[in-house]
Amino acid sequence: MALMTILQAINHTLDQQMEKDSTVVVYGEDVGVEGGVFRATAGLQKKYGVERCFDAPVSEAGIVGTAVGMAINGLKPVVEIQFSGFMFPAYNQIAAHVARMRVRSRGKYHLPLVIRMPYGGGIRALEHHSESQETLFAHIPGLKVVIPSTPYDAKGLLTAAIKDPDPVIFMEPKRIYRAFKQEVPEEEYIVPIGKAKVVKEGTDITVVAWGAMVREVQKAMQELEQEGISVELIDLRTIKPIDKDTILESVQKTGRFLVVHEAVTSFGPGAELVSLVTQGAFLSLEAPPTRLGAFDVTVPLDKGEHHYLIDSKRIAYEVRKLIKY
Amino acid sequence: MLTKQFDPLKKKQLQILDENGNIVAKDLEPNLSKDQLLKMYKTMVLGRVADTKAVQFQRQGRMLTFVINKGQEAAQVGSAAAIEEQDWVVPAFREFSTLLYRGAPLYNLYLYWYGNEWGSHFPEGVKILPVNITIGAQFNHATGVALASKFQKKNEVVLTFIGDGGTSEGEFHEGINFASVFDAPVVFIIQNNHYAISVPRQKQTKSITLAQKAIAYGIPGIQVDGNDVLAMYVATKEAVDRARRGEGPTLIEAYTYRLGAHTTSDDPTLYREDKEVDEWIKKDPLIRFKKYLIEKGYWSEEEDQKLYEEYNDYVNDVFKQVEATGFYQLEDVFKYQYAEMPQHLVEQYEAYKHYLEEVK
Ligand SMILES: Cc1ncc(C[n+]2csc(CCOP(=O)(O)OP(=O)(O)O)c2C)c(N)n1
Repeated sequence: MALMTILQAINHTLDQQMEKDSTVVVYGEDVGVEGGVFRATAGLQKKYGVERCFDAPVSEAGIVGTAVGMAINGLKPVVEIQFSGFMFPAYNQIAAHVARMRVRSRGKYHLPLVIRMPYGGGIRALEHHSESQETLFAHIPGLKVVIPSTPYDAKGLLTAAIKDPDPVIFMEPKRIYRAFKQEVPEEEYIVPIGKAKVVKEGTDITVVAWGAMVREVQKAMQELEQEGISVELIDLRTIKPIDKDTILESVQKTGRFLVVHEAVTSFGPGAELVSLVTQGAFLSLEAPPTRLGAFDVTVPLDKGEHHYLIDSKRIAYEVRKLIKY
Repeated sequence: MLTKQFDPLKKKQLQILDENGNIVAKDLEPNLSKDQLLKMYKTMVLGRVADTKAVQFQRQGRMLTFVINKGQEAAQVGSAAAIEEQDWVVPAFREFSTLLYRGAPLYNLYLYWYGNEWGSHFPEGVKILPVNITIGAQFNHATGVALASKFQKKNEVVLTFIGDGGTSEGEFHEGINFASVFDAPVVFIIQNNHYAISVPRQKQTKSITLAQKAIAYGIPGIQVDGNDVLAMYVATKEAVDRARRGEGPTLIEAYTYRLGAHTTSDDPTLYREDKEVDEWIKKDPLIRFKKYLIEKGYWSEEEDQKLYEEYNDYVNDVFKQVEATGFYQLEDVFKYQYAEMPQHLVEQYEAYKHYLEEVK
């Protein structure tokens, strides 16, 4: 066991998987010599050499496109897109090829590859460094989308992603990369993809969140608890495929549902979850299942971002509204 | 034609003013007025001072992430000086001095890096597109602006920029190809500052020069000493004249060096040696240009010192104005998404205002 941040857990997991499995290769922009702009791949090139961990040209389409080829021909690429805002040049590869190779070849080819990328706001960054695009991946048939919110889950989920026979989009909440440490076991373990986690049991309302929003909900819960409101918090962990059972079971118990996400609201992941709850737990509902997402606007730069970010106060406010409904 | 004379496949590089401030190609020395030369120099100094101060402000926690342009002022200003009033600039993100030269107020540039979109709202008549962070996209925009000029017979030329790393993006190639097919009046400048964050130029491409990439698109290409403002001017002028005559685009590689970090968030000691930086400090574009101006009798050390002092104060004043703006209003978050706010946005905006009233 060692205390690790999310970032350290990712670095440690990449190291462990590269050590155990010689087909794992890691690359992306600045990933080799520097070890990534966030240092997620620090030390890996030194340890495993330039054919297993290397700097790619500034070419996202190239990074993901070559990963497709490598995955077909015996390797397990774990590639990094420097920021999720820069995945768009690779989106053609992701949507048109990564997601389709298995179905297109009727299972002759499949793609055991992972595309890692930091995402999300609240870091006072330049344009394109703060977006939450999970929907843009989850909407594509053939992809799995995973977002850890703790160091323990970061390791377990990344290990599962690397071992998965299908492509996994692994989105990392950069705002909490170094926010806190947690005990992470040294030995290999898996947190299964497709399994949400009940972070805290409660009786009055189910709140689903992921990534950096989990901590905001936890903060809100401290406030709400003092008011006698008992929240059941679920960390979704996998955006796709959604763990329907855990959510429905919870809502059937609490009768109320709120999903909180950083992504913009319209056509967002919240819509999917609300639909699922409406259909699956309709008779248990005591208030309309509700989503709290970002405004449908381009993420503002720093001097306007405070208007945009969802904080614990807004979450508490929404919860109260639903309790009083 | 310079692009013939300085064949990039033969590893030729255009230089007019060497690092010691000597003219090494007398016949190519441009005939620029004292006023224009001084405007160029002063802009480079302002670029340097504002850049250095921005890094200091960032260290003091007063400025956000800043993209540093120290060392690249000649590439940026020499090229900008070769276009005309009616022409366009389509930047990447490191063209601070180009933008200053083309009339973007320092206030705007600082405001942008301070995290306020209003920084990209340039005054009337300043034909500069907003900073583009997504590498490569600007090459297609530039080509589009140029084609619109051509189709509408507007007589405008477009100057656009990218870094050495950017030459690996698909849109670099798509933009140049598109422009060459239609003879678009655009000049593509690669600021080869030798690094893409931590990745050195030689790991970006097998091409010996970046200028030689022009050849595959059937357009002229030239490598220029990017720290030589006169060479940058002359090469760009030739390309601009060509473009204006309807003969299509040119690719210029400005061979330069980023003396500072990639941005204020970057630590260059992770990937490059101080020794290398020291070598390039000797080639500082400001030193040689100053010597040239003094030699010509256009400038003096005293005036130079005064200029730095003046700009120091000026930059402090401008930054104070920027800081005084603080955070912007909620309305701005919603107002500019569409010409008219659709219902869903009105509802989100109203609901949030209601929330703010309730919690306050
Ligand atoms: C499409 C895209 N991918 C990645 C990035 C992240 N990024 C910012 S600057 C940079 C390196 C750019 O190097 P270069 O093109 O040489 O220009 P320089 O920064 O040296 O001026 C990278 C990879 C980005 N901004 N856009």
